Amino acid sequence: MSQQTLALVEKGDLKSDIAEFSIGDTVDVHTRILEGEKERIQIFSGVVIARAGSGSRETFTVRRIVQGEGVERKFPLHSPRIAKIEVKRSGVVRRAKLYFLRDRVGKAVRLKERRADRKAGAKE
Amino acid sequence: MTQVFEEGGVVVPVTVLEVGPCRVLQIRSKERDGYEAVQLGFRDKPRRLASRSQRGHVAKLDSKRSRTRAAAGVAAVAKADCEPQRLLREFRVSPEGFEVGQTLKVDSLAEIKAVDITGTSKGRGTAGVMKRHNFKGQRATHGVKKVHRHGGSQGQNTYPARVFKGKKMAGRMGNARSTMRNLQVVRIDADNNLLLVRGAVPGPNGGYVMIRPTNKK
Repeated sequence: MSQQTLALVEKGDLKSDIAEFSIGDTVDVHTRILEGEKERIQIFSGVVIARAGSGSRETFTVRRIVQGEGVERKFPLHSPRIAKIEVKRSGVVRRAKLYFLRDRVGKAVRLKERRADRKAGAKE
Repeated sequence: MTQVFEEGGVVVPVTVLEVGPCRVLQIRSKERDGYEAVQLGFRDKPRRLASRSQRGHVAKLDSKRSRTRAAAGVAAVAKADCEPQRLLREFRVSPEGFEVGQTLKVDSLAEIKAVDITGTSKGRGTAGVMKRHNFKGQRATHGVKKVHRHGGSQGQNTYPARVFKGKKMAGRMGNARSTMRNLQVVRIDADNNLLLVRGAVPGPNGGYVMIRPTNKK
């Protein structure tokens, strides 16, 4: 009963237009930034290394390397501040959390690309 | 608890409360009871599980005594005329504007910015002083032996030769009446009778609480 009530409350906050993306994808996250009165869009691009939570509380973590330093940002998936999520590239991964990328530097950070045609071929 | 997005994308942690519908079952008056209060009932209870006195509290029951009293010309007490209620609580407010049988819903809180919420806190059983009274405990090293979570000294020496009353010690914690004051009302959902307040309230998920407009300035 209480779970149903919570779901009812969260339903109002869910966004329906979220692009489908999964762990290992390289994405561009367009976030709305308020500078005084003006609003502008900032893009944070990197690899999705985790998704956590459910309902309106779901978050995802994006990791990128900036000037040789790893930077991670955690976004609430349903936040109205996120304008758009664009999938640039899909990576082949075998686990849900890519925390092992934190220990890697340089070329080792790269993930093998998942191609739609090859995936279709593998299914046959 | 869950969270909602406010305008501008600010996340607000909220507790979702189901508010009513509550029936006014009884009105306590100065003349009759010595104090003024409004008694509310919440959640219907099947009649087969309710005792006769519980059924008689919410609706008129026929009995020999009620018949003789009616014959003697004694006015019957007003009844809400509803199903027996699971939970009964009295609120010490002026009974003006309330009448027996009236139904209160969340929209009666529509104008209110902040509420006080009273409930029974989660029971923690026997708890040590660190959890129960926020003592600091003792060091992990430097000769401390097996007393890392102890409270230290209980008091002085030969004088007063006793432990003062009210000394904070380990013991039962929780499962006690507790009030969170001045919780901000975030949202009201009149269709589903839901109230969203900012922050946590006492008690477990699914527990019962009393909601009042705050008296804190």
